[in-house]
Formats: sequence, structure tokens, C-alpha cells
Amino acid sequence: MKKIISLTVNGKVVEVAVEPGRTLLELIRDDLNLPGTKLGCGLGDCGSCTVLMDGIPTFSCLTLAIQAEGCRIETVESLSQDGHLSKLQEKFIEKGAIQCGFCTPGMLMTSTELLRRNPGPDEHEIREAISGNLCRCTGYQKIVEAVQGHSEEGEK
Amino acid sequence: MSDYRILNTRAPRVDAWDKVTGKAQYTDDLKRPGMLYGAILHSPIGHGKILNIDTSRAENLPGVKAVITWKDVGTQPYGVSPARYDETIFCFDKVRYVGDEIAAVAAIDPDIAREAVNLIRVDFEPLPLVLDPLHAMDEGQSQLHEMYDHNICAKVNWNFGDIEEGRSEAAILRTDSLSSKMQDGAFMEPQSILAEVDGADNLTMWSSTQAPHYIQRTIAMALNHPLHKVRVIKPAVGGGFGPKASCSTAELAICMLALKTRRPVKFTFDREQVFLHGRARHQFHHTMTTGIHRDGTLAFLEHKCILDGGAYASFGIATVYYAGSLLGGPYRLKNMKYDGYRVVTNKPACGAQRGHGAVIARALFEVQLDRLAEELGMDPVELRLKNVMEAGETTCNELFVSSFGMKEALEAVRDSAAWKRKRGELGQTRANGTGIGAACGFFVSGAGYPIYRSKTYHATVVIKLEEVGGGVTVFSGAADIGQGSDTVLAMITAEELGVELNDIRVESGDSSRSVDLGAYSSRTTLMAGHACREAAQDVKRQILQAVATRLEIPPESLEIKAGKVISLTGEIDFSEIRREFLQEHKGFMDTPEGPELTFREASRIAFLELGSVVGTGKYKPPPLGGSFKGATVGTSPAFGCSAQIAEVKVDLETGEVSVERITGAHDCGFAINRTQVEGQMQGSMMMGMGEALMEQKIFDSEGRILNRNLAEYKIPTSLDMPHLESIIVESNEPNGPYGAKEVGEGAIMPVIPSILNAIYDATGVRIDELPVTPERIVEALQKKKLENEL
Ligand code: FES
Ligand code: FES
Repeated sequence: MKKIISLTVNGKVVEVAVEPGRTLLELIRDDLNLPGTKLGCGLGDCGSCTVLMDGIPTFSCLTLAIQAEGCRIETVESLSQDGHLSKLQEKFIEKGAIQCGFCTPGMLMTSTELLRRNPGPDEHEIREAISGNLCRCTGYQKIVEAVQGHSEEGEK
Repeated sequence: MSDYRILNTRAPRVDAWDKVTGKAQYTDDLKRPGMLYGAILHSPIGHGKILNIDTSRAENLPGVKAVITWKDVGTQPYGVSPARYDETIFCFDKVRYVGDEIAAVAAIDPDIAREAVNLIRVDFEPLPLVLDPLHAMDEGQSQLHEMYDHNICAKVNWNFGDIEEGRSEAAILRTDSLSSKMQDGAFMEPQSILAEVDGADNLTMWSSTQAPHYIQRTIAMALNHPLHKVRVIKPAVGGGFGPKASCSTAELAICMLALKTRRPVKFTFDREQVFLHGRARHQFHHTMTTGIHRDGTLAFLEHKCILDGGAYASFGIATVYYAGSLLGGPYRLKNMKYDGYRVVTNKPACGAQRGHGAVIARALFEVQLDRLAEELGMDPVELRLKNVMEAGETTCNELFVSSFGMKEALEAVRDSAAWKRKRGELGQTRANGTGIGAACGFFVSGAGYPIYRSKTYHATVVIKLEEVGGGVTVFSGAADIGQGSDTVLAMITAEELGVELNDIRVESGDSSRSVDLGAYSSRTTLMAGHACREAAQDVKRQILQAVATRLEIPPESLEIKAGKVISLTGEIDFSEIRREFLQEHKGFMDTPEGPELTFREASRIAFLELGSVVGTGKYKPPPLGGSFKGATVGTSPAFGCSAQIAEVKVDLETGEVSVERITGAHDCGFAINRTQVEGQMQGSMMMGMGEALMEQKIFDSEGRILNRNLAEYKIPTSLDMPHLESIIVESNEPNGPYGAKEVGEGAIMPVIPSILNAIYDATGVRIDELPVTPERIVEALQKKKLENEL
């Protein structure tokens, strides 16, 4: 039995009918056509599917869509406004924090939240924050540098 | 730093904007109208005869559009090496590992497809399992394949120089062993495939592959579909590291389902299937005896290796050769004997993974060097420096190193990591929980020969100018799987044409664009780079020729710099061309200004003079290698080398290892993009560290992988990884474009041994089984304590 739920995704209120077993990730990728959020494992092990739910980094593969009823969801597609990248996105590019890019949406969401709550994190705080987001390409070095670089210069 | 405008800089990746905004499209992000979803039935047992397959219940499930087994696709053998075609699309007589593919389904949604697969009934007659590679060759073992007597899939027996003479001259010799476990690629993007057929039987497959060219050939061969009607497109790929280089049953089955249903079919592995499919690092059991002279120079190496290859050959023939051949460098070693055996067992097939075949061999050899240095009372870095080859030398197995910054790399890490100060007293291990270790590495910069016997070019590139002027598109078959080859091609093109990076568009990873053998053997920058440079020069020549014809001057007097055509011989009046351009562009607001001719005008003139302007470039290595059997594997137009120092802390109570810092230096010849070179080094450090300390597929007695998820199969997290220091060494490779050679794989070579040597320094014990888990360290420490007490 489908249930109609209402939630805010990237600032827009949406109403959708979902099966009770549908995950938030499936809702985002398939029903709302926002494929920026990635499926790496479906088990809560990799962080590729990280979105912000009421501001908190959340594995959307482990979250049921119906649990997001009434919540505010932010995905990677929300980070740039009118074609302007966020400072953090720019730093990711500048520092070379991206290789294959598959972990990047999740990494960006997790670090965006970190910087909101702690605008000047030190290296260890950054490593702690992103430790649930696996990256197989970069060795994390340039990701850490990007988040650090962001906080050194502050939000513009 | 250099005379280049764009090369050797830290230019941002051309795909970075797409990737930070979530717009980059990976295969699973693609949708086609009327698309069906695939699912695959895997064998639940490790070894058995197939008695019967009943698909009737699956076929009758509403929403199912096709169910296929070997009866539908035939039993045409395929594989990676033509001499070892040992796979069929689906199993027909028997299954050989848990995960072997038996059937596939296409249905209107993924849940129905999975349900249908579960409704297929297969009756098996179980056969004895072969799981232990060290006994797979024994008499009386069950044999997996008729073609592999005693389960030996490949063997190598090499003898270079005179091993006995080396032995008789050596002052000290020692024998050591090191074994590892099967690994997983653990790339973040699970394999995904989308196939579609049009009315003219053109089959297009989008796949998260590393090698569109080989996949195209395999599909045409195995499905008996005309080669020119198979097109393989690689969208953005979320990492590959080797396992995505070989064609999979999934790719073939999904193509077959698309052909059968005449509808697009998509299929994406779940994470468990990534583990089941495997094709990642082999399990290695190395034993080496190395002899050394009193002065620290190497006398000989006698090396034996047994590789567990899992159920099929995949890339494994190359693996068993690489495991031996790449010890030819980076040290002067006159006498080398190698006996390698790749056996098949009832586990997922193993294939290529970063540092193909050579990683564990390198680890043991570098450990041996440290142990020999200790016996000699010599600093291990000094011992290495004494033996390193220089540019212009040839290894005993006939590999010629045309550039070689090995000494520079080793000295760079030694100084940067303050080796001398931290290492302390010569030859003494501290065994106080703090350790430092060094190692070197050596790797090909592109395989010298294609996988199938052919005179094919290894890379071609086509560059086309936009007829309207200003734009440049690079067409290439090269596969950017995250390593950044698209950016390398764009940078080379922009540099050669004298335009900005923004003016270049790269369309790559598509078998219909050009020939490129793929992202493996660290080959793309050198090979596609050469082809790209040639194509760009071809285009440039045509532009300048066209402008010169217009102006009635010799083309040699013109050059393009920073997007402008300039004269090398004094002022030239371009106003006639400008007038013509402006006439064509009445009403346009962005018309060119200034005294110089813009690239936009020049390329438009070229079109008006010549029609569409296309430049082509190609590359194929010269004939390489000796005349002995298997001499082609390990050959390369150039060789990369690297050095690394690892610093660790080991808790002597719990055996917990924490890597505190890694300092690496890699000779990439010339860094086309400095940030990307560092990125490859850092990614290699992470993968090597995982392999040294935590990564292993654990099997039960039935051949099932117990830890088939990313929670239990551990790879390093951001907290496990230390600060990574990456030093670029540039030795200017004569056979590489602009002096460039590889970095993608070579950089992993010293990682494991530098960590192993550091752990020894910290603990005083040697562990000869990877990964070095805390339990293994505690056990070794206890054993040592007991021995000391006795
Ligand atoms: S996909 Fe959600 S944690 Fe991996
Ligand atoms: S960039 Fe590939 S997984 Fe992080």
C-alpha cells in the first residue's frame, strides 16, 4: 500500500506516494530524479548516499522514505546556487579532492554539515567527521586539505 | 617551473564541476525509455555439476520479459587471454565458485527481476572443493577445468644470468616467505551496465568498464554479433583499479537480454555481487632466496611463487608473469630465477589490481633487502642506493630503462622524512613501539603489447575543430575511471594549440571514438598522450597553413599563443581576415577585438579554406623485449619507479598498528598535472596500506566469502590514514610525451614493504603473512618472548 508523504527537498515541498519499503535514497534518485546521491553499498557502510536530513548527515540507503515525512532533506544538488558553486565545492576542485567522484556528493554533504557546526575544524575533527564516508581513490589527503582550505578562508 | 603554459600546472580536472554538483552521470544514473531491469542467478555452491535448470516458474512470473541460460546464449568460450578462454557466458556443465553465473532475467522492475531469479531451480551434483592453493596441484585433487591439468592454469620458469654463479659468489644469503590473501577492489561504484539495440541491430552498451575496446571485442565474439555493430560507452566511472578491466558475464548477459527483448536493459551489482564477481588481487605465496656480496651489491635472486587465481584465468596469465618480471628492477641484479605457478581454485576469479601481479613480490623482496642490510650492518637506504639502476641500463630480463629517477626518489624521501635522525643507530631495531621503514618500487608505464596478438595501434586520438571557430573537441577511446585522463588529454591539446583549457571538450571512453586499449598497466598518459599530442599538432599545422595561405606568408612564421595567432617575423596585418569574420557575424556581440588574430578567427578561416578540420594521432610502442617465452609481459616503453618511507607506532600489548606518516616520491618522468600525480600517489598509499594491515577476503570451508560487505571487509578510513607527503620526481622520459610516464600503479609498489619494515623496526618481529593484523603481531611477540626465555 502506497502512502502519500510530504517533505522538503532542496527547499521545495514535494508530495509523493511511496511504498512502505522504499528507501529515502530510492525516493531521491528514482522518484525525484536527483541522481547526484549515490548508492555504494545499500548497507550503511560507505557513506556515498549521505544527505542532510533536518541538517544531520544521514545514510539515505538505510532510511525509509516514510521516515522522512515532514523532514527537510538537502542533497548535493542543493549546494550550488544559480550556477555558483559553494566555497567548499570550489575548494574540492582547487585542491584536487575529487578523482572518480563517486564519494564526492556524500563527502560534500558530510563536510558541509561539519563546517556549519564548526567553521574552523582542525585536521582531526575533519577526519572524524568524514570517517563514515569511504573514498577509495584519494587517500583522503586532498579531501582533508579542501575542507581545511575552506575553513582557513571562511565562507565568502 | 617549466616553459609550458598549461602542462605541469595544477589545472583543475575537466570533470570536476560535474562531479561536485552531482551532475556527472555514472552508468546507474542513466535511464532509457522502456527500460527493463536485469538480475543474475549466481551459483550457491562452490563446485558442482549442473544436472538440470528449470526456468519455467521464473518465465511465468508477471512482469518478466526474458529468462536466459546457456541454452539461449551458447557455450562459446571467452576470457581475457586468447590462449586461456576458459569462461562461458553462463555455466552449462558445472559451476566453479560461489557466485558463478547460471542465468539472467529481464523484467519491468528490479524487484520482479530479483524475484524471478529466485524462482529458477537448479539441481547440482556437488563436487569436491579445491580451496587451498598450496595443494591444488596435488595428485587426487578434483580438477576444475579439463584444460588445466593438476589445476595449473599457467606456469613460468625463467632463468636469467647464472643463478649458481651468483650463489657461489654471495657472502650472505637468506630465504624468506611472504603470503597474502585475496583482496577486493573496493571501488565505490558497483559495476553497472545498460544495453540497448536499435532497428539496425546496433548494440550499444554503457558500462562502468576500464577497457571499452576489449569489452567491445569480447561482446562481439561471445555473442557472435558483428564487431562494428557493437559500441561500448564508458560514462563516469567510480573507480576500477583493475577488476573492471575484464569483460564480465554480467556485461554479456545484459547485452543478450537487450538483443532478445529489443528493449534497453539495465543492471547494477549490489555490493555483495561486487565481492562475488571478484577479478581483483590474487592470493600470493612467495618464497625468495636472495644473495648479497659483502659490499652490499646484489648477487642473485631465486624466487618461487604460487598464485591462487580463483576459478578462471581472467587477467591471471599476465599476473603470474608480472609477479616475476618486475623484480628485474629497480636494482642491478644479474642473476634471477623465477618459477611461478598460477593455480585455479573454487573461489571468485582473480585478475588485475593496481600494481598488477607485482605488489606482494615487491613487498617480500624489499623486506629481504632490509634483513640482508641488518645482517651486513648496513643502513637499508644505503644498501638500496648502492644497487639502484640508472637511466640507460637494461635489467637481466631485458627491460630497458630509458629514464630512471630512482636514486633521486630514494634520496628525496630519505631527506624529507629525516631518515637518518629518526632511524638512529645503524642496523638496530628499536622494538620500542616506534618504527620507520623504507622501500622502493618499479613498474611498467604501459604494457608493451596488446592482450590479443595484433599490430593494432594502442591509442589513437582524433581532434576536430568546431566549424564555427573557437571550439576544439578531442575524441578518444581512453577510459577516465577517475584517474584523470580526460584532463590530461585536454591539457595536452590546449598546450599544443595554444588555447585555454576551457576551449577543449573531451569525448572519451567510447569505442566508436577511437582505439584505445583501456585504463590498465598504467598506460594512458604515455600512450593516449602521445596520440593526443600528434593529433593536436596535426590540427595546429592545418590552422596555421590555412591562415598563412590567406596571408600569403610561410606558415613557419606563425605561432599560436594564449589563444592568439602571432607572427614570429614582425607585424602582420590581419585586418582582411577580421573583416571577413565580422561580416559573417553581424548581430553577434562577442566579436573579436585587438590587433592579434584570435584562435576563433583562425580556426574559422581554416574551415573556410579546408572544410572540416580534423587532426589524428596514433601511438604504438616499438617492438620490445627479449626472445624468451613470456618475454612480452613486463615490457614497456618506459618504467616508473618510486621510494617511500613509512613511520608507524605499534602497541606492543595489543598489536595495534597506527601508521603515523607516509613520505613517498615517485618518478613520473614529467608531471602533466601535478595535483593529479599527487592524487595517484596518495590513492596508492591508501590501497597499499589497506593491503598491508587490514584487507582480506575471508572464506569459509564451502568457498563462501564471509565478509562480503564494506563493514567486514575493511578498507582504510580517513581516521586510519595518516598525513601523506608526496614528492614528484621528474626524470624526463625520452619515450614519453613531454617526458611523462606512469604514476597510477607504480606508486603502490613500496607501500606494503615500507610499512612491514617499519613494523619490524617498531617490534623486532617479522610477520610473513598479510594482512598484518594485531593478532598476528601479538602472536609473533609472544613467540619471540618465549624464545628469549628459553
Ligand atoms: S550506500 Fe548508503 S552507506 Fe553505502
Ligand atoms: S574520489 Fe573515488 S571514491 Fe572518492
